[in-house]
Amino acid sequence: MSQRMTRIHIFGLVGLLMLLVGSFMGLFLAPQERYMGDVQRIMYVHLPTAWNGMLCYTFAFGFAIASIWQHKPKWDALTVGAIEVGVLLNALLLIQGSIWARPTWGVWWDWDVRLTTSLIMLLLFAGVLALRSFVQDPERRAVWTAIATLVAFVDVPLVYFCVRWWRSLHQVQSTPETVSAGMVWPLRINSIALLLLVIWMVAQRARLELIRRRNEQVDEPAKMAPVGGLENV
Amino acid sequence: MRMISQAWAVVRKDLLLEWRGRSRIISVLLFGVVTLLLFSFAVGPDSVLLKAAAGGFLVLALLLSSTLGLSESFRVEQEQRAIEGLLLLPVDPVALYYGKCLSNTLFLMLLAPVLTPVALFFYNVNLDLTGFLTLFGLWTLAAAGLSAPGTLYAAMTSRLQSQDVLLPLLLFPLVIPVLMGSVKSVTLVLTGDPMSQIQSWTLLLASFAIIYWSLCGLLFPHAIEEGT
Repeated sequence: MSQRMTRIHIFGLVGLLMLLVGSFMGLFLAPQERYMGDVQRIMYVHLPTAWNGMLCYTFAFGFAIASIWQHKPKWDALTVGAIEVGVLLNALLLIQGSIWARPTWGVWWDWDVRLTTSLIMLLLFAGVLALRSFVQDPERRAVWTAIATLVAFVDVPLVYFCVRWWRSLHQVQSTPETVSAGMVWPLRINSIALLLLVIWMVAQRARLELIRRRNEQVDEPAKMAPVGGLENV
Repeated sequence: MRMISQAWAVVRKDLLLEWRGRSRIISVLLFGVVTLLLFSFAVGPDSVLLKAAAGGFLVLALLLSSTLGLSESFRVEQEQRAIEGLLLLPVDPVALYYGKCLSNTLFLMLLAPVLTPVALFFYNVNLDLTGFLTLFGLWTLAAAGLSAPGTLYAAMTSRLQSQDVLLPLLLFPLVIPVLMGSVKSVTLVLTGDPMSQIQSWTLLLASFAIIYWSLCGLLFPHAIEEGT
């Protein structure tokens, strides 16, 4: 157990170091963007945050299917870990986006497809966490979290398309697609760095969840989980 | 075949209960009317603005009343633990879900014929019979889309103490496609549709309903299964 934990901490440490290197490159070494100037440099954390946030929700979707399939506490712990880290990255994404949008577009918020979809996604998955916090019984909490995760995840593409149609009558915000070679490396490094940090955070959160669950069962011996509960912890 | 008759038995039970009581439908309808009134206060007596926003207000009033109706649909099952008796019967949980879902859809459908004339009256919009029927058809699709995840979540949250907060919290962000689809299409019906965009919005409403009727039907047995 302790060896596995140390290994997990390596992910966190390497991720943090890479994030420092990538951000340094992005802030000081990468060429300045022609039109937006230094404001554009927030992209070196913004894009990795967006990609990894989506990845977290996708992980959560996979874990939720496994949780419904197998009813093992570890799948539930991983699901909640992935959702929580996803919600965190999603919130960061919106904050970074607003900071970038203010000097670039002149507004903090715009009803752009990606912005609106990200906000709705945040509310959808925060709702799953809220539901979870109200359920006492750990077995039921696991199943309901998984169900709510699946229901929310399926909604994301639908929301994306309908916001796009909804917006189609108005102007569509353009984003610069051309990326110079000096900009690619900080982006790549930061993406991998965040991925490692995500793995570390999800694993830590899942471990915490398993410990909490075990404590709940120790506190209330009358509510011991049925067979298949503890040996997998 | 057996499943259809079981689901139908659930629908009949719900409709009968509704008819005997009638308190749910009346209070939900009154709530809808009050909401429509409140929306007009938010905009002020400007009739041009009100007319432009009529579609959105009508759909929002329907949506808010729907949540009330949905949460009520499983509260009656929790009273005197009726749901446990229902689950003890040799009924397929999937049939139970579709029965409940269908009765909720029928209940929500009933809201439109009452609230639409009220909205037209308040917001000073004219609508012919064809428009009214189109609107009812659109609302039927929206009601089907709302009640699929609504029934699933109502079944889950009805066992919790904070149902009144949780159900809207879970349902509102989820049904944004239904809300957008119905607001857009209802507004097109009310104000005219020169570009014939209504088909794509109808398609969106239909796909939402189909996707969630299948998905939630699969998930419902897990949500209420033994030991949970």
